[in-house]
Amino acid sequence: MSWLASHFNYVIVVALMMAGLFIVFSSGNLIKRMIGLALFQSSTGLFYISLSKVSGATAAITLDAGSVDGKALASQLDPAYVQQFGVDGVVYANPLPHVLILTAIVVGVATLAVGLAIAVRVREAYGTVEADEIEALSRVTAEQAEPAR
Amino acid sequence: MTTPFLDANFALNVALLLMLLAIALAVVRTRSLLAAILLMGVYSFVVAAWLMVMDAADVAFTEAVVGAGISTIVLLGAILLTHGEVVRVNWRLQVVPAILVLVVGGVLIYAAGGLPNFGDPASPANSHVGRIYLETTYGDIGAPNVVTAVLASYRGFDTLGETTVIFAACVGVALMLGFGPRVDTAPTVDVMGDHHVVLRVISKMLIPLIVLFALYVQFHGDLGAGGGFQAGVIMAVAVILHAMIFGLGETTKAFRPGVMRSISAFGVVLYTGVGIVCLVNGGGFLDYDFLFTPQVEAMIPPGLLGDPDKPHHWGQHFGILFIELGVLLTVASTMVSIFYGFAGRTIEAIKAERGS
Amino acid sequence: MILLETLYVAPPTLTAQAPVLAIIVPLLGACAAALAPSGRTGWMISVIASLFGGWMALAVATEAMREGAIVYVLGGFNPPLGIALRIDAMGALLGLLIGAVGALAAVFSGHSLVAEVRTEKHTLFQAGFLLCQAGLVGIVYTGDAFNAFVFLEISSIGTYALIAIGEGRDRRALPAAFNYLILGTVGATLYVIGVGFLYAATGTLNMADMAARLSTLDQNASVQAGFAFIMVGLGIKAAMFPLHGWLPGAYAHAPSLMSIFLAATATKASIYLMARFLFEVFPDGTAFGEAFLTWVLAPLAAAGAIICSIQAVFERELRRIIAFSSIAQVGFIFLGFALGSAQGLSASVFYIVAHGLMKAAMFMALGALALSIGARRLDEFAGVAREAPWTAVAFAVGAASLVGTPLTMGFLAKWGLIEAAIASGQIWIAVVMAAGSVLTVIYVGRIMEAMFFRAPAPGAPRAKEAPLGALAPLLALAGLSIWFGLDASIPEQLSQAGAARLFEVRP
Repeated sequence: MSWLASHFNYVIVVALMMAGLFIVFSSGNLIKRMIGLALFQSSTGLFYISLSKVSGATAAITLDAGSVDGKALASQLDPAYVQQFGVDGVVYANPLPHVLILTAIVVGVATLAVGLAIAVRVREAYGTVEADEIEALSRVTAEQAEPAR
Repeated sequence: MTTPFLDANFALNVALLLMLLAIALAVVRTRSLLAAILLMGVYSFVVAAWLMVMDAADVAFTEAVVGAGISTIVLLGAILLTHGEVVRVNWRLQVVPAILVLVVGGVLIYAAGGLPNFGDPASPANSHVGRIYLETTYGDIGAPNVVTAVLASYRGFDTLGETTVIFAACVGVALMLGFGPRVDTAPTVDVMGDHHVVLRVISKMLIPLIVLFALYVQFHGDLGAGGGFQAGVIMAVAVILHAMIFGLGETTKAFRPGVMRSISAFGVVLYTGVGIVCLVNGGGFLDYDFLFTPQVEAMIPPGLLGDPDKPHHWGQHFGILFIELGVLLTVASTMVSIFYGFAGRTIEAIKAERGS
Repeated sequence: MILLETLYVAPPTLTAQAPVLAIIVPLLGACAAALAPSGRTGWMISVIASLFGGWMALAVATEAMREGAIVYVLGGFNPPLGIALRIDAMGALLGLLIGAVGALAAVFSGHSLVAEVRTEKHTLFQAGFLLCQAGLVGIVYTGDAFNAFVFLEISSIGTYALIAIGEGRDRRALPAAFNYLILGTVGATLYVIGVGFLYAATGTLNMADMAARLSTLDQNASVQAGFAFIMVGLGIKAAMFPLHGWLPGAYAHAPSLMSIFLAATATKASIYLMARFLFEVFPDGTAFGEAFLTWVLAPLAAAGAIICSIQAVFERELRRIIAFSSIAQVGFIFLGFALGSAQGLSASVFYIVAHGLMKAAMFMALGALALSIGARRLDEFAGVAREAPWTAVAFAVGAASLVGTPLTMGFLAKWGLIEAAIASGQIWIAVVMAAGSVLTVIYVGRIMEAMFFRAPAPGAPRAKEAPLGALAPLLALAGLSIWFGLDASIPEQLSQAGAARLFEVRP
């Protein structure tokens, strides 16, 4: 039970990843596959952010850590305390995964846009966005490459 | 376990994650693409709320504007152009993917067992580089928002890459859908009265406010949550709103598609240019400490900004300002370009493509 | 070594910045190409930026050979706080391959784009091509695990659309590009998940720092899973059997410029990144790592080398034959990795270069033929050697190198791999290599027979010799395969120095 409590986020994130991947691989509709892909990509964001959660922390917007006042305050405090809680006694969130996931979200929308643009062109060329119909029509194209007998 | 898990924060975390799971399952099950898209919009908003609980303000902001905003618009545009609202389901074809996904999920759950406890401040992830940033940002950069500092300065090269990815998406969508004549989507004014008059009046008032807000988000980025990405998307939303209310024709006259693509490239040039200036002044690429030569730094009145002992903060401040401007330009113009790609695509455009 | 230094002439201030310039010059070129007023200007920008990028890659190679490994700190923050590029001799060699093929392909595209892509799209097409180039150089140069993901995406996102443009010639390019997008993105996302697990265990993203921290850690479940996800993710990008489903369609139906460039470089960059995780980041000699090499990588690589060669034998469309051949060759390369020795790794990296050059030559020759005939199936190429002898000869040089004919680079590459396999006592790997080579002889023989010894079908469209602007880069590529077949000192020294260094750091 305590394992579930301390790893609850990861369990849900894994379930979300599975949902996204399942849509990608099981769906024949190209648009639906892109939706699944977006879900899958977004779940990695949840994974990184869950990793970086610091209990009782606040957003990493520091106001005076390291400033002249902050240094004066820090000199009066126990270094071990400063190490853990910062000079102003506030615990800040770990900023690094936030930066990475900002990047990942933006990459995700870029992929989504290009993928959907290609899907639109598939529809214009094949008249459908269902993978099995596209495959059947592609086979026709391949056979057209055969010489007329 | 020192931290009590049944505090309000954790309860909120659990509740939001369960909501996400429910939405994701609904997306898996639904046959309607429209429903799936709208559910994804809801999903993004819940993620944004969850990110606030996780203290990730900047990410939450981005998720809200990108995930719930632009993604939904693009997806709706795509189903409009592909004329498919209903997904056919063939359950027999889903056995293999289900097994595959179960295997991946099993490995992940097994692997999750080795991860540190949720919220552990002493976990490796939270105690090495991430911790150092919190301690050094003020001295190195002088920006209160550590996320912006890491994004724009410590890992500025990543952000250049990210901006390039956006530009690549602009190139990709333009190559696929960007050319050819367009249908003007302006709602017609009929004789009996203009149904859109309220929308027109309201949006005329709203658009300047949206742009103003975007500028606030842009320039407030190193103080609070925000920055070029969020501001760029908000700026683009103003243009998209204009196109929806006043018609694509009016909007493309003001913001021409070719110009938008050029601005997208220019944003990357601006970002790279800042890096090259640093390089020419004797630093490494993107080392903002070298953005200004010592002669220029000497001319800056002391104490005007940041720590008076640290003149390099000037370089950092202006470096971040310029690159965020580059990001803004690229993101805003790319989002508009993507919208143009999907909006009003006509039979003529399709024929022109097919004829090539 | 001396040769490399005589080839490279530049002021030292430029050399010091070469690692980052090799990435940002193509990047700036992409922006400039997108702003260019006409397709012709875009092409010129593309050629200049690619040549400059290649020149900088040469500078990096010279430096890496002299110094062992270059670390270029970005933003003035030392790793692990900042991002650093870290280039050893192997990375430099890969960068050189990308630069060289990129420049030659850019020159060639002056003719092929006009024939294949609508005029108004030329500038954006060149922009996408240069972005891909910048991204690939970034992947092999970066020393940061997450930065590598960003470059993976830069090299991919534009590329998906560029492949889809091939629909002007064959509409199958569209679903092929879409499949590539889905699988490529799943691969990149799995890579990010893997990096996340390693980050959770080490708290850092810098590869060298990660390696140092991992070597002191117990191998717990999340580290192993992280490693597995990175391997599967990059395996998709590298078209490792059985994750190669996207490749044949993408290579066969893309416009010529992209076929040439991707076949020579795209999977190679991911393969090299895999090698870095295998031999640099992940601690050596652990039971888990050994088991991966012996029980996963080696069997899959062998199966890929054989099965995809057989598929190539039975395929009818020429470009698809060569695409399947590429997957089989990726199998050969992984067989070298699976040996787990410095000799195997250096032989693999040498093979990567050899394969890149020969495949670029073959796809470029097909692109040159496509300027005059729209042939797809093998028998439509009957007798082209009589109508376009130079193009056919260049193709034949590439094909000879693929088979492993003496005096070509391919011979030395195959020989090096077999030698490494025998030296490690893994005779079965040498046997698989030999069997794969026999299959290669069969499908290459079919192509050669059709091109050189069969008469053109009556009434079939006549092939024409490509214009000089397209023929020159083609002959240059073929020439490189022969040059390095006669004197392989440049690629050999770089690959050996890099591999020796990796295995020396971790005895």
